[in-house]
Amino acid sequence: MRNSFVARHPSVLAFLALLALFTLGVSVLSEGFGIGLISTSFVKTLGKTLCLCLIAVAMDLIWGYCGILSLGHFAFFGLGGYMIGMWLMYERTRLIVEGSLAQGALPPTEQEIVDAIGTQIFGVVGSSDFPLVWAFADSLVLQLAMVVLVPGLLALVFGWLAFRSRVTGVYLSILTQAMTLALALYLFQNDSGLRGNNGLSGLQNLPGVEAPQSVVSLWFFWASALALGLGYLLAAWIVSGKFGSVIRGIRDNEARVRFLGYSVEIYKLAVFTLTACIAGIAGALYYPQAGIVNPAEIAPIASIYLAVWVAIGGRGRLYGAVIGAAFVSLVSSWFTGGQIPDLVLGPLEVKWVDWWTIVLGLSFVLVTLFAPSGIGGLFDLWQGRRPPDRHGADLGPDAGALREQEATE
Amino acid sequence: MTRLIIALAALLLFCAQAMAQDTTVQSVLQAHRETIEKGSRKSISAAIDAIAASGLPQAQEVLQVWAAKEMWQRAADGLFFRGTEKPARQVELFDFDTGQSLGTASRDRLEQIKPNSGVRAMIGTALVQFQLSDPDPNRRAESLDAIQRSPGAELLAPLRASVRTETEPALKARKMRVERLLTIAFDPDESSRIAAIDEMSGDLGVDMRATLNPLLVTRIALAEGLPATANIRREVEPGDPVLGVAAAYDMLIAAGQAQPIPDAEVRKALLISNMVDGQVAGVPVHRLDTQEARDAVYVQLAQAGLVPRWSSAEAPEVVVTRHRFVEVYSEPSAAVTEAAEQALTAIEMRVGLNQAIDLGLDALSLASIYFLAAIGLAITFGVMGVINMAHGEFIMMGAYTGYMVQQVIADHTLSILVAIPLAFAVTFAAGVAMERLVIRHLYNRPLETLLATFGISIALQQLAKNIFGTQARPLTAPGWLDGAWVLNDVVSISYIRVAIFVLALIFLGLFLFIMRRTRLGLETRAVTQNPRMAASMGINPDRINMLTFGLGSGIAGIAGVAIGLFAKVTSELGSDYIVQSFMTVVVGGVGNIWGTLAGAAMIGTLQKGIEWFNPSNTLAAQTYMIIFIIIFIQFRSRGIIALKGRAAGD
Repeated sequence: MRNSFVARHPSVLAFLALLALFTLGVSVLSEGFGIGLISTSFVKTLGKTLCLCLIAVAMDLIWGYCGILSLGHFAFFGLGGYMIGMWLMYERTRLIVEGSLAQGALPPTEQEIVDAIGTQIFGVVGSSDFPLVWAFADSLVLQLAMVVLVPGLLALVFGWLAFRSRVTGVYLSILTQAMTLALALYLFQNDSGLRGNNGLSGLQNLPGVEAPQSVVSLWFFWASALALGLGYLLAAWIVSGKFGSVIRGIRDNEARVRFLGYSVEIYKLAVFTLTACIAGIAGALYYPQAGIVNPAEIAPIASIYLAVWVAIGGRGRLYGAVIGAAFVSLVSSWFTGGQIPDLVLGPLEVKWVDWWTIVLGLSFVLVTLFAPSGIGGLFDLWQGRRPPDRHGADLGPDAGALREQEATE
Repeated sequence: MTRLIIALAALLLFCAQAMAQDTTVQSVLQAHRETIEKGSRKSISAAIDAIAASGLPQAQEVLQVWAAKEMWQRAADGLFFRGTEKPARQVELFDFDTGQSLGTASRDRLEQIKPNSGVRAMIGTALVQFQLSDPDPNRRAESLDAIQRSPGAELLAPLRASVRTETEPALKARKMRVERLLTIAFDPDESSRIAAIDEMSGDLGVDMRATLNPLLVTRIALAEGLPATANIRREVEPGDPVLGVAAAYDMLIAAGQAQPIPDAEVRKALLISNMVDGQVAGVPVHRLDTQEARDAVYVQLAQAGLVPRWSSAEAPEVVVTRHRFVEVYSEPSAAVTEAAEQALTAIEMRVGLNQAIDLGLDALSLASIYFLAAIGLAITFGVMGVINMAHGEFIMMGAYTGYMVQQVIADHTLSILVAIPLAFAVTFAAGVAMERLVIRHLYNRPLETLLATFGISIALQQLAKNIFGTQARPLTAPGWLDGAWVLNDVVSISYIRVAIFVLALIFLGLFLFIMRRTRLGLETRAVTQNPRMAASMGINPDRINMLTFGLGSGIAGIAGVAIGLFAKVTSELGSDYIVQSFMTVVVGGVGNIWGTLAGAAMIGTLQKGIEWFNPSNTLAAQTYMIIFIIIFIQFRSRGIIALKGRAAGD
C-alpha cells in the first residue's frame, strides 16, 4: 500500500526529499550547530516560513481540493498560537516569580505564587485574577491538546452551522471572514482574558531552557520542518484516496455528489475541522518563533493573504501551496525589510516598503486573470501536461463545473 | 433748554425725596464702614444686607460698583465714591446718591475697595433680586442662569417676589419652574416641598433630576450610633454591593466596636519578625509554605503573647453579622425623601421611555449609514452577483474626493455640492475601468472575482496611504449641519445624521426609479436574469454590465462623501464598512433592495441594542452582532426577503 502510494505520487517523495535536504542545509549553515553562515534571525524567518507553508497546505486542502474559500484559517492559526502562548507565558512567569519570591524570608504559598503570576501577566490590562480560559495554563500537556482542540472545536461548531444551512460559495467566504472579524474584535477587548491588544509576548523564551536562541531557533526550525513534512504527507494521503475524490467532486459539482448519495456536509465538515487543526498546529509552532501573538494577527486581512499565497502558488496541488507561501512571504519580507534600493523614476520615487503592497495586489490580480494555476502551473509546462483545447467550452453543464485547466488532474 | 430744566427739576425732586427719607446710600455705607474696609467674608453680610434692604434706588448700582472693584474711599473723611481711573494716577469720583462727578483726585489720597472672590459671590447673590426685576429681559434671563448655577435658600424669597411682577410669558414660566426647584431644595416648610415635588413629578429636565438627587443622598452607618430621628432608608447586610465586609468592619473599628485584625500580609510580616535561627515558634521556615501551616504557627505565637491575637473564628465576616448597618438619608424629613423617591421613579420611567426613543433614533441613523454603504453593493452584488471586495475602497475614494474638493473650494456648502457629483464621476470611472479590465473576465467565477477584487482593494488602500499618509483627513460639514435637533433633555439627534437619513431615502428612491422606471434598469434586470436571451433581444450585455457596475460604484463614492462627513477620512475608511455592508446585503436577501433596507435596519438596531446593554464596549457589541448574524443565517439562509422561483437563479 505504502509503496503504491509513493509510486503513484512521486511528487510527495520529491517534496519530502527536498525538505529534508533544505533542513539539513540550513542546520549546517546555521549559527547554532553549523558554520554560522545563516544568522539566527534568518533561521527564525525560515522556520516561520515553514509554518506558513504548513497552513498553506491546509488552505489548499480546504480551498484547492474542497472548493471552500475559507477566510478564517488564520483565526485558527492565531488560536493555536494563543493556546501555546498561554502555557509559555504562564510557565516562564512562574519561574521568574518563584525565583523572586524565594528571596523572601518565608517560602511562598501556592496562592501567593498564583497571585503574583496573575499580577505579572494581567497587570498590563489592569487586572490580576486569572480568567477562566487560563484554567489549564499550568499544564503543558493540556495546553498542547488545546492547540488542536480549540481551533478544531470552533471549526466544528462553525462549520456545522454553516454547512448545515447550505451556505456556499462567496456567502461562506464572507461568513468565515465575519467569524474571523468577530474573533479578532473579541480578543481586542481587555476583558477577554487574553490581554487585549497587548497579546501574549515573550514567547521566544522556552521556560526552563538554558540553551541560547541560536540553538532554540534550530529546534523550532526542525519541529516546523517535521510538522510540514507530516502535514504534507497527511494531506497527500487524504487527497489521493477515495475521500480525496469525493471532496474534489464536491468542489466541482456539489449537487451531483449529493445526489450520488454522499453526505456532502460531513465531508466538508471533516475537511474544515481537520484543516483548522493543522492551522492550529502551524500557529503553535509559528508564534514561539515570532515571540508575540496579538489580535492584529487574526484580522481578516491575514486570512486573505493566505488565500493570495495559495492562489499565486497554484491551488489544487499541494506543492503549489507550499511554493506560493514560501515565495510570497519571503519576497514580502525582503521587500518590506527595506533592503532593496528605492527606484527613482524621474520625479516619482518608489519606496518599496510603501509600494510593495500595491505590487502584490496587482500581481495577484494578474495571476488570477492570466495564470489561474499559479507558479505550480510551470511544472505542468515542464512535464508537458497541457489541458485539452476545448475552445473555451465547459466540461460540464454547470458554470461552476470543472474547468478545462484542471481536466488533466 | 427745556430738557435741561426738566432734568434739573427731576434732580431736585430726587434730592428732596432722598432727604425726606433721611437715609442716603452714603449714610448706610458709613454705618458699616469698618466691615466694608475690612472686607472679611464672615462679617460682610450685614453690610450687604443693609444696602440691599435699604430700599434705595441706588442700592443696585452701589453693589455692582462694589463687586466690580470700582468703589473708592477718600482717606481724608472716609466717604465712599464710585471712581473711574484716569491717566496720571488720577481718579474721577462720582457721588453715589446724586450720580454727579466730583472732579478728580489723586490715587495717593484714595483707597480702592477690593472685595475678595468670596465677598463678590455674596454681593452677586444680593444683586440677584435686583437683576430678577431688571428692565432688560436678557439680564433677567442671566440672573436665572446664575440662580440655577448656584442655587441657595436665600434666593427663594426674591425669586418668588419677582415672579408676580414678571411680564414676559417665557421668562415667567422659567421663573416659576426655577421657583419650584428652589422650593423643593430649600423651602423650610415640608408640605410645600412635597407639593412642589408632586407637581414636578415626571419632569424630564436634567435640572429636576439634579434637584432631586441631592435629596436622596444616603450614607451607610452603624445603626447603634444613630439618633432616633434619623431618616433610615433600609437595612444593609454586610456583603451587599454598597457595603463590603471590609468596609463594614472598618466602620466597626472606627466606632470602637471591633479591634483591627492583622491580615495575611501583616501576619506574614509578624512571622518573619519572630523568626529565630531559621525557625518560627519551633517550626522550621521551609515548612511554612502553606497558609494553614502559617496560621497554626501564628496562633502559637499569639498564645505566647508575642503577636496580636488573631483566630480564624474572629474573621470580619463573622463579626460584622453581629451588628446592624443601615442606609440613612442626609435629608432629615422622611416625607420629603419618600415623595422624592416616588418622583424620581416616575421620572426614571419616563427617561427610560425617552431613552428608548433616543436609541431608536440612533439605531435609525446607524441603519441609514449601513444602508448608504451597502446600497452600491446592492447593485453590484445584489443585482449583478459580482462580489466586489474593493467596494469599501470606492467609498474611501469618494471620501478623499470630498476632501480634495474642500482643499480647492473653501465654502463648505458649495464644496459638498461639487464633491457629490465629482465623487460619483470618479468612482463611476474607477468602477467601469475595473469592470472592463478585470471583472469582465471572471463572470461565472465568483470566488476568483472575490480574490481579484481583493487584490485591487489592498492595492488601492496602500495607494491612498502613499498619497495621503496615514493620518486622518478632515471632511468638514457645512455650518448649517452643525448642532442637533433637541426634543428634550434626553432625546436629540444631530442634523448630520438627519441629513444622512434623508440621503439614504433619496438613494432608495433613486435605486427604485432606475431599476423600475428606466431603460437601463429594465435592461439590467434582463441581463441579470438571462444574458443570452437579453442579447438576442438586442441588448448589449457587456455595455449594460459596465454601466450597472459603474452605477453601483458611483453610489459608493457618494456614500463615501456622506460617511466622511462624520467619520475621519483615512485609507481604512472603506475596510471598516466592507464586512458590515456585505452582511447587510446577505442578511437582507440578495437581489432585493427592500431586503437591503431590512438588513440595514436589523443590523443597525441590533448593534445599538447590544451597545445599550453594555454601553462602554463597542467591540463586544460588534462581536455579538456578528455571532448573531451567523446564527440568523441558520434560519434564513437566503436573507430576510428571499427571492423565490426563477428570479432566485440557482
